[in-house]
Amino acid sequence: MIAEIGHFAITLALIMALVQGIAPLVGAARDNAAWMGLAKPAARGQFLFTALAFACLTQAFVTSDFSVAIVAANSHTLKPMLYKVSGVWGNHEGSMLMWVLILTIFGLMVAEFGRNLPPSLHARVLGVHGLIAVGFFAFILFTSNPFERLDPALLQGQGLNPLLQDPGLAFHPPFLYLGYVGFSMAFSFAVAALIEGRVDPAWARWVRPWTLAAWCALTVGIALGSWWAYYELGWGGWWFWDPVENASFMPWLAGTALLHSSIVVEKRDALKSWTVLLAILTFALSILGTFLVRSGVLTSVHAFATDPSRGVFILGLLVVIVGGALTLYMIRAPQLKGGGLFSPISREGALVLNNLVLATATAVVFLGTLYPLALDAVGGGKVSVGAPFFASTFVPIMSPILIACVIGPTLGWKRGDLGTALKRLRLALLVAVVVLLAVWYMAAGNQVLSALGLGVAAWLIVGAFIDLAGRLGVFRVSLVESWRRTVNLPRSAWGTAFAHAGLGIFVAGVTASSSWQTESVQLMRAGDSVPLAGYTVTFEGAKDLKGPNYNAVRGGFTVRRGDRVIARLKPEKRFYPAEQSQTTEAAIHTTWMADIYTVLGDRDESGAWTTRFYHNPLVPWIWAGVMVMALGGGISLTDRRLRIGAPRRARDNPSRAASPVPTGS
Amino acid sequence: MRLSFILPIGIFAILAALFGIYLYQIGPGGKDIKQIPSVLIDKELPEFELPPIEGRGDGLNTSDLKGRAALVNVFASWCPPCRTEHPGLMQLAKEGFALYGINYKDKPKDAMGFLARLGDPFKRIGADANGRAAIEWGVYGYPESFIIDRTGRIRYKHIGPIMPRDLEMTIRPLLEKFSK
Amino acid sequence: MRARARLILLLLAVTVAAPAMAVEPHEILNDPALEARARDISKILRCLVCQNQSIDDSNAGLARDLRVIVRERLTAGDSDDAVIAFVTSRYGDFVLLKPPFKSTTYLLWGGPGIILLIGLVAVVVTFRRRAAQPSDAAPLTDDEMQRLEKLTDGGRDP
Repeated sequence: MIAEIGHFAITLALIMALVQGIAPLVGAARDNAAWMGLAKPAARGQFLFTALAFACLTQAFVTSDFSVAIVAANSHTLKPMLYKVSGVWGNHEGSMLMWVLILTIFGLMVAEFGRNLPPSLHARVLGVHGLIAVGFFAFILFTSNPFERLDPALLQGQGLNPLLQDPGLAFHPPFLYLGYVGFSMAFSFAVAALIEGRVDPAWARWVRPWTLAAWCALTVGIALGSWWAYYELGWGGWWFWDPVENASFMPWLAGTALLHSSIVVEKRDALKSWTVLLAILTFALSILGTFLVRSGVLTSVHAFATDPSRGVFILGLLVVIVGGALTLYMIRAPQLKGGGLFSPISREGALVLNNLVLATATAVVFLGTLYPLALDAVGGGKVSVGAPFFASTFVPIMSPILIACVIGPTLGWKRGDLGTALKRLRLALLVAVVVLLAVWYMAAGNQVLSALGLGVAAWLIVGAFIDLAGRLGVFRVSLVESWRRTVNLPRSAWGTAFAHAGLGIFVAGVTASSSWQTESVQLMRAGDSVPLAGYTVTFEGAKDLKGPNYNAVRGGFTVRRGDRVIARLKPEKRFYPAEQSQTTEAAIHTTWMADIYTVLGDRDESGAWTTRFYHNPLVPWIWAGVMVMALGGGISLTDRRLRIGAPRRARDNPSRAASPVPTGS
Repeated sequence: MRLSFILPIGIFAILAALFGIYLYQIGPGGKDIKQIPSVLIDKELPEFELPPIEGRGDGLNTSDLKGRAALVNVFASWCPPCRTEHPGLMQLAKEGFALYGINYKDKPKDAMGFLARLGDPFKRIGADANGRAAIEWGVYGYPESFIIDRTGRIRYKHIGPIMPRDLEMTIRPLLEKFSK
Repeated sequence: MRARARLILLLLAVTVAAPAMAVEPHEILNDPALEARARDISKILRCLVCQNQSIDDSNAGLARDLRVIVRERLTAGDSDDAVIAFVTSRYGDFVLLKPPFKSTTYLLWGGPGIILLIGLVAVVVTFRRRAAQPSDAAPLTDDEMQRLEKLTDGGRDP
């Protein structure tokens, strides 16, 4: 019964989406306020019905209703409750339902909080968004119904892949979808602007919060996935350039470019058609990711087991949504008149460089990911493009950004002075060079790239905050004045500093963990000790134990520095009888500066165990850096200027204090 | 109209077409993208020498396979698809074709049990205990079958179990062709 | 110590990070230079029964067999290229994680450079074109100017 309600709810949501898609667009074209006004109730209805459907599906999983096909295929009564719930989105159909749920949430938020938008733009944005929803609801109803019944029902579910029974991984998809789907809003804004025939700084200001929110979520989602792979897969890798990983990385790269180019639209009314194109392409990459993962065209450990017929539907969605938008772009974009001129050495110039690099990087990842598919399709045989390709192309292309992203914010608009900028940054340059030389010296002169990597990281971290410090007048003006400036400084300045510093932390983590990792593989018996990067690891022995849905062998290791016990680590090898599969759980001791990573291998005939230990310097900085980047984005999101219509406290301009900002009706 | 405005939709159209073509190719009955084509096609069969499964007297090496068209099948008792395809192999043997087996990383007792239960279609079987011979043949999945012609060249590789449809459409016709 | 190996590691491992997790203790060669070569070669050979892992990373049977073969051939005196050729002559180019540079992959390896070039050209051309034409947008009226100022905070810095 619940399942049928859920199914019906999706149908109703589709109808709401149709209303939301058609009425406001027609209304905006005819200047009919009543029709435009249908957008908000339709958005509400869409959200309510989708939420209802999602609740029904969750109920089915939580009560282990094995008469519902996907519950039977993906769940098990023995699974812990957390994973029963996360199982809702751990399969193709359920994850698509989550996809549309987030789509309707974004639609609802723009419907409710978009009061300040001109009515026609507001209506068109919601209209386009509604049409996208129609496509995806149709996809669910016609090819991926989560409420499909199984007759006769199974008595016991077929469980979930044990690798996925992990808290980190349970929350990785929701964040990713918030990101992918969030970019649909930027897309809707772009297409609405093309329909209106006008892109102006106000548009950029309105688009920004949605794009930022989506970008933050995607950043966190990718970080979670990478961190999970590191500690779960048992071999310490954290990025594999797997096609599906790349499918999540491409929208991130494009979204980062979008965030930066929209600044130029906002401040200087320039780069308009490029920004609109980027907004379309970012969401296009999201849909492309959906296509790659669910159509069966790529083999990947991440891919859902789906079939080409679903792929045809998604390809259809891609053609209609993206093809339609790009055709509209071809027709309307030439009418968007460009704005201010600027010299190549200027804030705008730096942002153009940023976009050039990020767009090229996105294209390179795209090329490497899809080349095997394209070659095979035209009969050129099978070629494999793995990590080495990306390492030798992506990394060099991205390097100019690492240098420029510190200089950029210090340049002025329209025409900046490189000399002055570098003078302001001389402290950062000094620290960077010192770090570089110090590392080079300590590594006995033969690790140039590693020294360079850490030097660049220092440049980024120090440089990001120098600009901020300069603006706050630290050490130059009185403490009171500095404090006043701190309080008044727009949040986005803080956001920029943290985001760029986060990038530096990330670079440091990547450089150190790959250059100076210590590894030790050996056979051990209880009581044996091995040295590891200044520590001693002693094997205490292994014993069997039983978990909620697995049997395991657990090894005990004591890590000491000298005589002091630093950690007791207990890695396991688990066997899940329901799925007949085995996993290795590494045990990791994390400090600010490094990870000590222990893995229990197999036992040989003589009773000795294979053990692997790794000392990974600065590896936690990899994800810490990414989270700081996301934090920077989050801080920017709280910038009050993004909430147009909020009363402004006229501190500096008493002449403007009296008139409130006009709100769009 | 400026190129930069037409380029996006143009590139997209090409990509969409590629995806469409590819989806069609891998659709029902189409190619399996997980399969890696063999590079040994039309080449001389690899040099190898395998002892018999313990308890038998045959064994398999390169010279055994020259002189007539044959099917070489890599199998193991612990491989469920091998069990599925075995009746098809028995059928081929009954029809008079020459079948040879490479028993991959199997315990002698298990292998003998497998043959006793499901039948023995093979003229000779070599035991590949450490998997080296299979690597010479470029084997990566099980089961795999190779069709050799009478000059000792590999002409076709089938990855995965030989299902009745494969027998009808590909295996039998090819064996007949190379037997002439 | 293994300086060059570390450098190669950095290049590969900036994106693939931590090396071997699947090498067994008894596989490790006694000669560290040979072992280092074995590891480097293993990292670019794909495990064909896995998803996107090298034979260095995977503990599948086929991966183990190939690791042992790589070490055997190195010990027998083969060069790195000869060892790789041994594997590709049996499994094809698909076993290489780093695509070879041949006619079917010219576009792949040349692609990044071409894209960068196109991007640079596009930027330069757009710059030149806009510098040559002044913007022909109608100037804003005072009223519109005021509204714009309010909406964008008077263009004050970020």
